[in-house]
Amino acid sequence: MTVAAIKTPLLRVENVSVRFGGLTAIDRVSFEVYPGELLGLIGPNGAGKTTMLRSITGVVTVSEGSIELEGENLNRLATHQRIQKGLALSQQLVKPFKKISVIENVALAAGAPITRSPLKALMHVSQKEELAVAMTMLERVGIASYAGQNPGIQPLGILKRLEMARALAQKPKLLLLDEPLAGLNSKEAHALASTIQDINRQGVTIVLIEHNLGEVMRVCQRMVVLDNGRKIASGAPQAVMQDAAVRAAYLGGNPDDDQAAETGTESRKEATHA
Amino acid sequence: MGYEISLLTSMGISVLFALSLNLITGFCGQISLGHAAFLGIGAYVSALLTKAGLPFLATLPLAMLLSGAIGIVVGLASLRVRADFLAITTMGVGFLFVGIVRQQDWLGGELGVSGIPDSGFSKMSFMVLTMLLCVVVALLCMYLKKSWMGRVFNGVAEDEDTMRVLGVDVPRYKLAAFAIGTAIAGLAGALYAQHFKFIGPDSFGFIESVTVLSMVVVGGIGSVAGVIFGAAVLSALPAWFQFIGDYKLLVYGGLLFLMMRFSPDGVTGLVKRAAMKGGAK
Repeated sequence: MTVAAIKTPLLRVENVSVRFGGLTAIDRVSFEVYPGELLGLIGPNGAGKTTMLRSITGVVTVSEGSIELEGENLNRLATHQRIQKGLALSQQLVKPFKKISVIENVALAAGAPITRSPLKALMHVSQKEELAVAMTMLERVGIASYAGQNPGIQPLGILKRLEMARALAQKPKLLLLDEPLAGLNSKEAHALASTIQDINRQGVTIVLIEHNLGEVMRVCQRMVVLDNGRKIASGAPQAVMQDAAVRAAYLGGNPDDDQAAETGTESRKEATHA
Repeated sequence: MGYEISLLTSMGISVLFALSLNLITGFCGQISLGHAAFLGIGAYVSALLTKAGLPFLATLPLAMLLSGAIGIVVGLASLRVRADFLAITTMGVGFLFVGIVRQQDWLGGELGVSGIPDSGFSKMSFMVLTMLLCVVVALLCMYLKKSWMGRVFNGVAEDEDTMRVLGVDVPRYKLAAFAIGTAIAGLAGALYAQHFKFIGPDSFGFIESVTVLSMVVVGGIGSVAGVIFGAAVLSALPAWFQFIGDYKLLVYGGLLFLMMRFSPDGVTGLVKRAAMKGGAK
């Protein structure tokens, strides 16, 4: 953490609140993502993780606060503009284009410099280079042998990797992974988490949103914990999990000190919400 | 012979018109139930300008330009709506066109525009011109489909939210589809006015919009060859079987329904499946 703290952050989320009518989904959350790190964003169901992610990508508008990428405020930009600035998102619900092959799905993402302008897109036909990039990305996530296949018939494990390859093909400065392990069995989840770790080691900065605590603790260097829309802890995985507030949020009862008592009641409220 | 030439010309105009809708609905996935309005805009521009003394050929680009420009405006207004709501919005645009034209004396009002001056082409060479334009537009469509624009259109048609996540400026692509599609409809309209020598508000009403949509659907949404086939056959039907002329809406509506129910990808889909079955044996 100290090493990370000296660098300037790649992404800065500052005092962000998101309200839907009377409901406060995110309440004054701040955190930073530093270049090169693999940050885990965790929290129990309904903690606001996905809303947080959506406010970073611009699907949800923030009510207060600011989101900056490399010092540039993203608040007013549409989703595709934020992506063009260097974000990439691997969606929780995998959505491959089913009428084109696995590799063409990735090539479509790799063609971002061409598809940026309709005129340029009209003038270009060949996707040879993009297919080559796509192949590299498929190799990186370990599904190169599926390149020519129809994505509509692939099992979830392959599709999750396809979704990630598509995000990587955009050569993002920051890769956002929304529950990539959800729905996988423990063996698949373990393998994919290791792949994520490898990709991070190759120099891609990643925010990993996950439910699977064990895998997050294994691969992430730092964690931010949300509960009931608030940030309740951040730091190294082991230290965070020792935190009384975090334990109370996850276990939802019998906090043994005053600080945790407050969070404990919040998480019980949260449970009734769910 | 004159009859065949005339029939081929009107088939060619239908093919152009259907290809233009296919660009918007087939390629980019944006349904339009008011596409006849753009055929009308092109027809009125060309008819009025030739009457004002402009050579027919010179009116073609102007018809395309105005039709495409209004297409962009309609596209802009339609960006916020999707699927069923887009269908209703574009249907409204179709009615709006007819409603406005009816009330304007300088557009001929209810009586329409007649006495459109000759293009200087013989019937034969006008047919050749129409066919030539069909070939050019068909080639353009096939090129578009293969280009990166076609890839993005496919993506927008299938899942526009995911295209946004891939960093694609979806609205600009929709506008591009509307602009190209409506401009070509305008071109078809200019030929229409010259071919029939008479146009009125009812030539471009809801029935025409549904007719062209059924041509696209019957042929196979998105398939250039299929749409050409669908438009050619459906536009020739009323000429071959006189009774269809009397029950045009019923026949086209029925075909549209049957196709959507049993073969949503049209004749193209039927042929493909038959070929696959044949191949498997």
